[in-house]
Amino acid sequence: MLSIKNLKVNVDGKSILQGLDLEVKAGEVHAIMGPNGSGKSTLAQVLAGQEQFRIVDGEIRYDGNDLSTLKPEQRAHAGIFLAFQYPVEIPGVSNIYLLKAAVNAARRARGAPELDAMDFLAVVKEKLKLVDMPETFLYRAVNEGFSGGEKKRNEILQLLLLEPRLAILDETDSGLDIDALKIIANGVNSLRSAQRAFVLVTHYQRLLDYIKPDRVHVLAGGRIVRSGGAELALELEERGYGWIEAETGAGA
Amino acid sequence: MSKPDPDIEAIIAREYSAGFVTDIETDAVAPGLNEDVIRLISEKKAEPEFMLEWRLRAYRHWLTMSAPAWAQVHYPPIDYQSIVYYAAPKTDKDRPKTLDEVDPKLLETYEKLGIPLQERALLAGVAVDAVFDSVSVATTYKDKLAELGIIFCAFSEAVREYPELIQQYLGTVVPHTDNFYAALNAAVFSDGTFVYIPKGMRCPMELSTYFRINTANSGQFERTLIVADEGSYVSYLEGCTAPRRDDNQLHAAVVELITLRDAEIKYATVQNWYPGDADGRGGIYNFVTKRGRCRGANSKISWTQVETGSAITWKYPSVILEGDNSIGKFYSVAITNNHQQADTGTKMIHLGKNTKSTIVSKGIAAGHGSNAYRGLVRIAKSAAGARNYTRCDSLLMGDQCGAHTFPYIEVKNATAIAEHEATTSKISDDQLFYLRTRGMSEEDAVNMIVNGFCKEVIKELPMEFAVEAQKLLAVSLEGAVG
Repeated sequence: MLSIKNLKVNVDGKSILQGLDLEVKAGEVHAIMGPNGSGKSTLAQVLAGQEQFRIVDGEIRYDGNDLSTLKPEQRAHAGIFLAFQYPVEIPGVSNIYLLKAAVNAARRARGAPELDAMDFLAVVKEKLKLVDMPETFLYRAVNEGFSGGEKKRNEILQLLLLEPRLAILDETDSGLDIDALKIIANGVNSLRSAQRAFVLVTHYQRLLDYIKPDRVHVLAGGRIVRSGGAELALELEERGYGWIEAETGAGA
Repeated sequence: MSKPDPDIEAIIAREYSAGFVTDIETDAVAPGLNEDVIRLISEKKAEPEFMLEWRLRAYRHWLTMSAPAWAQVHYPPIDYQSIVYYAAPKTDKDRPKTLDEVDPKLLETYEKLGIPLQERALLAGVAVDAVFDSVSVATTYKDKLAELGIIFCAFSEAVREYPELIQQYLGTVVPHTDNFYAALNAAVFSDGTFVYIPKGMRCPMELSTYFRINTANSGQFERTLIVADEGSYVSYLEGCTAPRRDDNQLHAAVVELITLRDAEIKYATVQNWYPGDADGRGGIYNFVTKRGRCRGANSKISWTQVETGSAITWKYPSVILEGDNSIGKFYSVAITNNHQQADTGTKMIHLGKNTKSTIVSKGIAAGHGSNAYRGLVRIAKSAAGARNYTRCDSLLMGDQCGAHTFPYIEVKNATAIAEHEATTSKISDDQLFYLRTRGMSEEDAVNMIVNGFCKEVIKELPMEFAVEAQKLLAVSLEGAVG
């Protein structure tokens, strides 16, 4: 589904990703771990189409097609979703308005009829229960005055509504207490299927106690320096990242 | 983070969709202004003597005045002798009795503008007094309203039919000495709208006027007077459109609102006069004096405006809060794109006890637009317990535009409270990226952010106007991100 080869990306003229390779197949859950500044969030943003990050070499293929020519909205229409680490506030725009617009944009893109207000409300109420949010959450301005946990749950609510084929979660677990973490993990697990893939960008192993990954990758110095099964995450939790950096010569 | 995006800059230009000219013969006087022209206007309207005298007094006063220079707008001096002061469609000579008799070209014009002039207006609950150039062409639902004692008619008709009401109220809010443009209007105004709501009457429908400037080089000088008698209520909608031309046209209107005890007037404007082209050629100069006077205790006046058009906007819808406990409100969205300039705001003059005013201004500047909020809150010594809340927010798109805020606050009573909040922000790349990853095109994302920014004002508009206003915002700002 997703095939990244020798990806090199500059941010503000600085080389951040320095030849990254990654293969993700439908049905798989991949965890990208690594120290601060290793390029994890850059990877997530590049996949979603952040135009300020410049691809200087390599390629990203999604279903065999070159992803770099697609605008962010076209990637969304193709089934790519990014849960943001820091979701922005949109003052004056109610959450339900954004959610409905996003769902209908996706439906239009695949030729499905748009949902009207009543149908959408019925759908969104169901999903709200899964993230344990009250209905009042729908009528507040997007992310405005949301706590950190509410912002993350709102991202998962969008994930549940949009049902993307490739979901990238950028440190969705950071700053969450254990209850919120479980809610988010339940949301993700409920969507796991043979047609869908997840890329979980995370700093800690904790999330992986609840979402069991098929593959774990360590990103350091802009490259994947080690890949393994779920047990690699446990090893990282125990030993930190220093030993890998030392072994591979990759500086963070 | 905010490097200009060539894709976005390329789509800033957007054609003005109401820029067509209706080809009908026009009965116009030669350009220029003197007492003979004023006598001619008065004669064409078959006005009573008092009206002509009022006009001449205003004209003589105007001659002693000069145009205000304090606004944050720039334009070459206007030659008032090159303006046509009276233009009426020829069809005025045998005035239509019903809509069927109205020149089909006129109806077509209204059709293009989407004005609900015909029977569908009833479904929409809107009564329209359509002003075509200077003469009111067709008035709908007048009879129905008349049964309720509501007067809703062309100003020129009111001068003839209800001279005592006109004499009683005309110029009592905006006197002919008020300012340069108000004086000019008083001298040469050709038509407009008069509304009178009798005691205790709640007007059952939204009243609406669409203004349209058609004749080249013709200034348009409407005069609107709305009187809400004790305990009455009316909601009034004003929409404006003008065809595109390469030269600039002057629009100097005057609107006076009067509320007596316990009465309420809501006045909403959606203004999309031709703004000029992308290089700043052409467009309407909109120099308008709008003021309300809450004469009675517990009365209310609210102004809601969405200003998307005009080359230059100079406009300060104001409220004089004379009656105790009276309430004045001003909600405004003003957009300037390309080379548009706006200097707009309000004045809230607190005279009565416990009077309250609210000001919410949203300025949006894009392209080379210049957007200034200018507001005065004056709390007189007599206004014990008066309160004002002011909020003005500016949103900038690109780095060639400007926003300015000029608040004037004068408080002469120690028990009064005046609050002022102001913010300036830009549409951030992070907001755009976030919305685009949710499947929205860049333009839809901008519209969503702008509509969110303007929400407090848009929600004050009647439903059908709110929808139109949102569409206008989208049209005015299409692609204006950088």
